[in-house]
Amino acid sequence: MRFFHTTLGTLVTGVLALLVVASIVGFVLSRSAKSDQARATVSNLNARIRAWWVMVAVFGVAVGTGGVGSIILFFLMSFLAMREFLTLTPTARADHAAIFWAFFIFAPIQYVLVWMQWYGLFAVLIPVYGFVAITSRMALSGDTERFLERTATVQWGLMACVYCVSHAPALLMLQIPGYTGNGATLLFYLVLVAQFNDVMQYVWGKLVGRKPVAPTVSPNKTWGGFLGGTATAVAVGTALYWVTPFTPLIAAVMSLAITLLGFAGGLVMSAIKRDRGVKDYGTLIEGHGGVLDRIDSLLFAAPVFFHLIRFFYVP
Amino acid sequence: MISFVLAWIARLVSGATVKWTAPLVPNRQRVYFANHASHLDFVLIWSALPPIMRARTRPVAGSDYWGKGVIRRYISTKVFNAILIERAGAAGSASHAKESINAIANGMGADNSIIVFPEGTRSMNGEILPFKSGLFHLCGLKPELELVPVYLANMNRILPKGEVLPVPLIGRVIVGAPMRYEAGEDKAIFLARARDAMLALKAQ
Repeated sequence: MRFFHTTLGTLVTGVLALLVVASIVGFVLSRSAKSDQARATVSNLNARIRAWWVMVAVFGVAVGTGGVGSIILFFLMSFLAMREFLTLTPTARADHAAIFWAFFIFAPIQYVLVWMQWYGLFAVLIPVYGFVAITSRMALSGDTERFLERTATVQWGLMACVYCVSHAPALLMLQIPGYTGNGATLLFYLVLVAQFNDVMQYVWGKLVGRKPVAPTVSPNKTWGGFLGGTATAVAVGTALYWVTPFTPLIAAVMSLAITLLGFAGGLVMSAIKRDRGVKDYGTLIEGHGGVLDRIDSLLFAAPVFFHLIRFFYVP
Repeated sequence: MISFVLAWIARLVSGATVKWTAPLVPNRQRVYFANHASHLDFVLIWSALPPIMRARTRPVAGSDYWGKGVIRRYISTKVFNAILIERAGAAGSASHAKESINAIANGMGADNSIIVFPEGTRSMNGEILPFKSGLFHLCGLKPELELVPVYLANMNRILPKGEVLPVPLIGRVIVGAPMRYEAGEDKAIFLARARDAMLALKAQ
């Protein structure tokens, strides 16, 4: 098993060890929970931990293959996330063709461009050509009722679920001097810090969370959770500087960017859910909700992380 | 075999989850009546049933669509064992409708269940149209039938009338509690009651 002797293998091993600890804690808590409310919380916690095993296994295997596996996995996540998003948001009969294009033309091409490492077209496909094609196709359908709202909905779904998410595997195309061939490690780092931040915000929120940051959007996102989660995730992100091309200080700044943007992504997606009157985008991942509920923290973090590195590290 | 593949495809395309709001006893002759929005509808309901019930459940389909062409005819009659009827349409006469009801009753025999779409046609916008009277006349012939309302959510968005290619949004199949025709019940009252039972599932 040469894989486990690589940097990436070490990271995966570390995460697996973390999951073992989490599973033991979850088991102990399930024995000690007294009230019904505590039992419900612990039961949800354990469902989340079980799902994490599956997600880490899938992600570990995909990243372990290097390029293609990661690209396929993120394509599938984009596809499923957009499916959840467009199911939840209202569209009209006349939007059918445009939605078909979003799923079967723009989403696949975006990921083919990641695979081809064609940065120039990757960066503009959806914001430029997608913008033109989706809106024009919907105008041709002839239905003008709520036209701006409908075009914005489809365009937004494509931007958030496909364009933004595709920047995570796009880290593989960055040629960083002295760090070539380690794109998969960088991708793992991004996902690890963002998701660890989510988990820690949840844990700190349960422990010391009182005052919600934005009560009308998400009562579960508290100041306690936000500050505790951010501090913990930045500490871990900084401690892992040695797997990245960053110095410890830069790793701290990058981790802070990932955590703040992760929080923002989660908040924005919560606002949409709240407006539509649902708690989760889907039911695919037990305890977590849908795919989009799980990756909402990557939506803003992935493109900004990608461009920070591209700007400062790629000549 | 082909039916299982098609059922699997329908489930994959629609991403549909199935929700049973009340337990159903197997081996009872019943009518699943559902709202109609897409050509995937009957396959989807069929795929939602437990395999033991599938084998004895025949969809009722309009021969003007499902009887045309070799492939459609093969899928409807051979793969899904559909009962093909001629839809009355605007110019349909009473005797014509009666013929169709008889064909359905014959097709049911003593132990087959059926899937019907009492709106008579696919809805354009997801609104549920008024029910045609076929369900009422069938209950006149077979009053002992269990009537099971089924609500299909989002199918009008996945494959709307007039489109050929489906988009992969997420559908839902919601199966309601069985109801029955009560002896002597007025036609309009009965049909409204059945429609309301289906509409009530929308909120589930």
